Amino acid sequence: MKIVVAVKQVPDSAAKVSVENGEVSWGDAPLVINPWDEFAVEAALLLTEEHGGDVVAVSLGDEDSKEALKHALAMGCSEAILISDPSLQNADTQAVAHALAAAIQKVGDVDMAVFGKQAIDGDNAVTPVQVARVLGWPALTLTSKISELDADAKTLKVERSIEEGRQIVEGKLPAVMSVVKDFGEPRYPSFMGIRKASKAEIPVWSAADLGADVPAAVVSWPEMSNPQAREVSNEIIEGGSPEEIAATLADKIIEEGVV
Amino acid sequence: MDFQLNEEHLGAQEMVRDFVQKEIGPIIKEQDRKQEMADFILPRMGELGILGINLPVRYGGQGFDYITLGLVCEELEVMDSTLRVVMSVHMGLNSMAILQWGTEEQKQQFLVPQAKGEKVASFGLTEPGAGSDVAGMTSTARKDGDEYVLNGEKMWISLATKSDHALIVARTDNEVDPHEGLSAFIVELDRDGITTGDIHGKMGVRAGSTGWIAMQDVRVPEFNRLGEEGEGFKIAMSCLDNGRYTVGAGATGLIRASLEASINYANDRKAFGREIGKFQLVQQKIAYMVQWYEAARLLYLKAGWLKNQGKRNTKETSLAKWFATDMSFQAASEAIQVHGAYGYSDEYDVERYLRNSKGAVIYEGTSEVHQLMQAGYALGYREDGELRKELPAYDAEYWQAEA
Repeated sequence: MKIVVAVKQVPDSAAKVSVENGEVSWGDAPLVINPWDEFAVEAALLLTEEHGGDVVAVSLGDEDSKEALKHALAMGCSEAILISDPSLQNADTQAVAHALAAAIQKVGDVDMAVFGKQAIDGDNAVTPVQVARVLGWPALTLTSKISELDADAKTLKVERSIEEGRQIVEGKLPAVMSVVKDFGEPRYPSFMGIRKASKAEIPVWSAADLGADVPAAVVSWPEMSNPQAREVSNEIIEGGSPEEIAATLADKIIEEGVV
Repeated sequence: MDFQLNEEHLGAQEMVRDFVQKEIGPIIKEQDRKQEMADFILPRMGELGILGINLPVRYGGQGFDYITLGLVCEELEVMDSTLRVVMSVHMGLNSMAILQWGTEEQKQQFLVPQAKGEKVASFGLTEPGAGSDVAGMTSTARKDGDEYVLNGEKMWISLATKSDHALIVARTDNEVDPHEGLSAFIVELDRDGITTGDIHGKMGVRAGSTGWIAMQDVRVPEFNRLGEEGEGFKIAMSCLDNGRYTVGAGATGLIRASLEASINYANDRKAFGREIGKFQLVQQKIAYMVQWYEAARLLYLKAGWLKNQGKRNTKETSLAKWFATDMSFQAASEAIQVHGAYGYSDEYDVERYLRNSKGAVIYEGTSEVHQLMQAGYALGYREDGELRKELPAYDAEYWQAEA
C-alpha cells in the first residue's frame, strides 16, 4: 500500500494563545506537529506494517513545517514532502485541500490519504473531507479502527467514532481517512528514525510543481479577538460538621442554578 | 565555538522527555511512596533504545554521541533521579568501561546485549567498609587455573537486584601497593555463590533499586577480566569519569525540575493579593536556580564535548558533577521554600527532589572528594596520566555504521 499522511506544524497545545493587535500570537511557545496528526502517522504506519508499503508524509506551510515532517520521518515514515509557495500563504481550507490533493496525485498510486481528525490551531476539521471531494475519493472521517482491509480487492470496512456511538462503514480504496485517538497511541520517534530524519533532505514542491489550479481563498478572518474573560470568584464554606458544610454547598449549587 | 545542539541531540532529548512525561509521570509518586522500582521501566528503556543511546550501532547501540547521553540523563532526572541512576550504572559505569577497556570478544559477549537492553548492567566498587577509600577494599579475586574465585561484599549498588552483569573490582594482589593490586571483572549475577538484596529505608531514590552483592567463592573465567591484572583501580577511576558525567548531567535536570516547579507555583499561588512570583525574595530564589541550571549545563556539556573529542576530562567531569549535585540540593531546598508548607508535603514533587538530590552529593565522589581534586589540579599536585586505553572519541561514521 502507498499511504500519504498529512501533517501540520502548530503551536504547542500548552501555548497561551492570544490576539495581539489583531494578530494571533502564541508567545515564544514552540511549534510542534499537530497532536492529532501523530495519531494519523501511527495509523498509517500500523497499516503498512500489516499490509506492506510505504508512508509518505506531506505538509503545507513554510520552512518551519519541515519540523513536523521530520517528526513523521523519525516515527517511521519513509519519505517527506513540503508544499510551500508564497501564493498559499493565506490559503483557506479549500485552497489547502486543492494543494494537498494535487500533491497526493503527484506522489502517485496512493491507496489512502490519512489525516488527524483536525488541527488544533484552526480547529476547522474540514480539510480531509475537502481533499476527498477534490480527489473524488470516499471520505472516512473520525475513524477509530479498520475492521477489514483487502488491499488487492481495494475494499475496507472501518469503525467511525461519532457522538451517537460507533458506526460501521464500508468503502473502496483509494480513500481519505481521518482518525481519532482510539486508533492507537502514537509511537515515539525511534533513535534510528531521529538520526535518519536529521540527515533527510526534504523536497519542496511549489504550486507550479504541483501543476494545480489552486483556487483563491474565499474565507478570510477580517477580525480576531480574545474570548471574553470569565469572571471567577471563590468562596470557602467554613464551620459546621461535614454534613452541614455539604448541605450549605448543595444549597448554593441549587441557588446558582448549576444543577 | 558553537553552542548549538544539533537535530540529533534535540530529537533524542524530546523523545526521552515525551517518554518520561507520558509513562513515568503518572506513576512516579506512588512508586516513590512504595519504595519500589516499577517492573516495566528497565525493559521499556531497553526497548526504546535508551540503554544503548551512545554506543556504536555495530555493538547494538543507537550511535549517538556522548553529549546526547548527557542530555538524556538531564531529561530522565527532570522526572526522577532513579531513572538517571539506571544510565549512570548501566551505561556510565559499566557499558562505557567495556567500550573503553574490553576486547572485541568481550564487547560481543557483554556489550552487545547490554546496548540492546537485553541485559542490564551494574557496577560493584563500594563496600561496607570502603567508599571514598577505594584502595581499602577487601573483596578478593584469587587466580585458580584459568578462573578467578571472588569473595567479598559490595554495598550501595544501584540495580544490584535488577541487573544481569556487574563490573566488580576486587583485590588480586596483596603484596603490591593497594592501588596496584586491584583488578576488574565482568560478573554474570546468576553465577553460583552470588546473592543480592535491596536496601530499604533510604532517604531518597526510593523509586529505584539500591542494594548489595555478596560473593562467596564465585568462579569467573579469566575471559571475564576487564583489562590487565592490577589495572582495576585505573579502570574504576575511568568508569567514574563516565558515571560522574551522567550524575552531573542528571543533577542539572534536577535543578531544572526545581526551577520549573517553582516558576509554576510562583505564578499560581497568591499571597497578600498578588502572585508570590511578584515578591523580590521569591524572584531571588528563581534567579539563583536559573544561574545554577545554566552554569551546571555548560559544565556538563563541556565535559561531553571533551569526551566526543577523545580528550581526557577527569577534571572537567569532576567539576560538573560537584557543582551540579551541590546546586541540585540547594535548588530543591529553595524550591520547597518557594512552595511553603505545601512543599513540605508529598502533594508536590519538590520534597522528593530534595530527598533525591542528597544521594548524588555523596556517591561517585563526595563533594569533599571533588573539592580535593579541584584544589589538587589548581595547585599542581594532581595531573592525569595517560591510560593504556582511553575512551574512544566519538566518530559519527564509525558509531553509526552497521559493522
